[in-house]
Amino acid sequence: MVVALVRDVEARPEKRKRSGLHRTMQRKSMIAFLMTLPLILLVGIFVLYPAFYSLHLATLNRSMERFVGLGNFEFLFRRETFWMVVKQSCIFAITAVVFKAIFGFVVAHFVHNIPSKGQRKWRGMLLVPWVMPTAMSCLAWLWLFDPSYSAFNWLLARVGIDPVPWTGHVIWARFSIILVNIWIGAPFFMIMYLAALKSVPEQLYEAAAVDGASWWQRIWYVTLPMMRNIIAITVLFSLIVTFANFDIVRILTAGGPIDQTHIFATWAFRVGLEAGDIPLGASVSLFMVPILAIAAIFILRDINRRGNEA
Amino acid sequence: MTAVATAPITRDAQPARRRKRGSMRRERAWALRWSYFFLVLFAVICLTPPVYMLITSLKTSAEISAATNPWWVYNPTLGNYVALLSSTEFLTFFRNSAVVSVLVVSITMLISVPAAFALSRMRFWGSATIATGIFLTYLIPDSLLFIPLFNMFAVFHEWTGIELINHWYVLLLVYPTLTVPFCTWVMIGYFASIPRELDEAALIDGANYRQVLTRIFIPVALPGLIAATIFAFTVSWAQFLYPLAFTTSTDQLVLPVGIISSLIKGDVFNWGQIMTGALLTAAPPLIIYAFLMDYYIAGLTAGATKG
Repeated sequence: MVVALVRDVEARPEKRKRSGLHRTMQRKSMIAFLMTLPLILLVGIFVLYPAFYSLHLATLNRSMERFVGLGNFEFLFRRETFWMVVKQSCIFAITAVVFKAIFGFVVAHFVHNIPSKGQRKWRGMLLVPWVMPTAMSCLAWLWLFDPSYSAFNWLLARVGIDPVPWTGHVIWARFSIILVNIWIGAPFFMIMYLAALKSVPEQLYEAAAVDGASWWQRIWYVTLPMMRNIIAITVLFSLIVTFANFDIVRILTAGGPIDQTHIFATWAFRVGLEAGDIPLGASVSLFMVPILAIAAIFILRDINRRGNEA
Repeated sequence: MTAVATAPITRDAQPARRRKRGSMRRERAWALRWSYFFLVLFAVICLTPPVYMLITSLKTSAEISAATNPWWVYNPTLGNYVALLSSTEFLTFFRNSAVVSVLVVSITMLISVPAAFALSRMRFWGSATIATGIFLTYLIPDSLLFIPLFNMFAVFHEWTGIELINHWYVLLLVYPTLTVPFCTWVMIGYFASIPRELDEAALIDGANYRQVLTRIFIPVALPGLIAATIFAFTVSWAQFLYPLAFTTSTDQLVLPVGIISSLIKGDVFNWGQIMTGALLTAAPPLIIYAFLMDYYIAGLTAGATKG
């Protein structure tokens, strides 16, 4: 009824004044375009332009007066520190994302297991690390990791374990920044997986239980396939964010000891702004692009597929 | 018919079933106990850093450097809070943060709500591409853009004489790039879920698009609007890289950077005050979260599950 009415209303002016309708349609898309214009300008000027501008910057020499082509990249490839940063970025991002996903999945199950009345309270407490400003929680961790006053070492000393050099030794420093990243990021996975768990129809578990499926089989054959999409998209998201991370490493170790915990973002900051070689810094940060692009392609494919289903 | 047929069978099978149900119930009870055990464990891990912040913030410098139990406050004092809240530096940071966050939230809403409305309802040439493109810009991280942006602002200064670097208002230009794409994306999702009949009816009644947006879409999608506002606020409150890269003078800093650069002088860490400052900085997002948790979580999950 409504549709017929709408068509009727729309059709009437069309008969009388065809050009009039055409003009209003044009006006409508003009208005729509104007409403989107601030967004397009913002993204164009402050996101897309700088992204391409950094490609240009990467081809200049240190004083930004001379074109050096791929000279900056050549220079990077010959530096040992650069390869260490590549290695460290990959170790950091992959390890952190895997553990965030595992912890998120496990904790989501625990929350899902308890009666739904109490879930809100637990969910609220478990999301606190994600809500706190990252820089501030990193300060708390830095203080917990303090070389001489570490509260963790005090606890370890109670049970007779030697003090751990949390941020002072390479292996421990890498462990610490991954640990803090997991602490901050796992709650996000937990919330996502909890929402996904709630959308799995209860009948599937009942059917599985009737068929005598074990606990493990229920997770493997029911839960995981039903959550495949959300797992894929959160992992890709988190991979991007973790790979481009800055705050955690900057505050906890600032790249030390001896540049061994630098990742792309922190090293780009060091060479680009602190050492004043902007083109070299731009070149360093450009190395984040391939992994971001790959993740973005997969995310885009997922979005398009969902768009087609709808 | 079927009820009559199945009734005897179930009655026959009852003893076995009861036993099975009993074991299942026991299994359930154990699962519940283990769940609570691990939830307590994880909650302790999650809350340790903020609680330790609070513990340290209540201590004097003498107690912090004493060899006593770091997890306990023997002589609680509010000295750190008094010192910090009466220092002009901290109040400047706080004011800068508040001004920047409020303005960024307003800018974000003014840009993203009309854009989301246009993109979700008024189809025009290229609108679908723009919607996807916006989502992709959300994926471009700040750590990729801060160096070219820094140079852009320097070049802009050379051309026009307007100095942007080292002024707090430079953040008003760059923060929206972090908030607008996500907020637009979330709002598109909320707007798309409003039935088309609603706005069609209004248009037939002679409403124009502005009225449809302000009288129908914004009230109906209010939960989404609140979620997007919370998101924009928390992001601009907590952003660390851009202010660190673009501002240096003490009077231009926002809280996260201000605390790190002004309270850490050389190698001297005044941990009592640092933890107090960190706690006070973390407080506004945490308070908002405590009161509007459901909106917060809705916004968080909307980004990935809607659209």
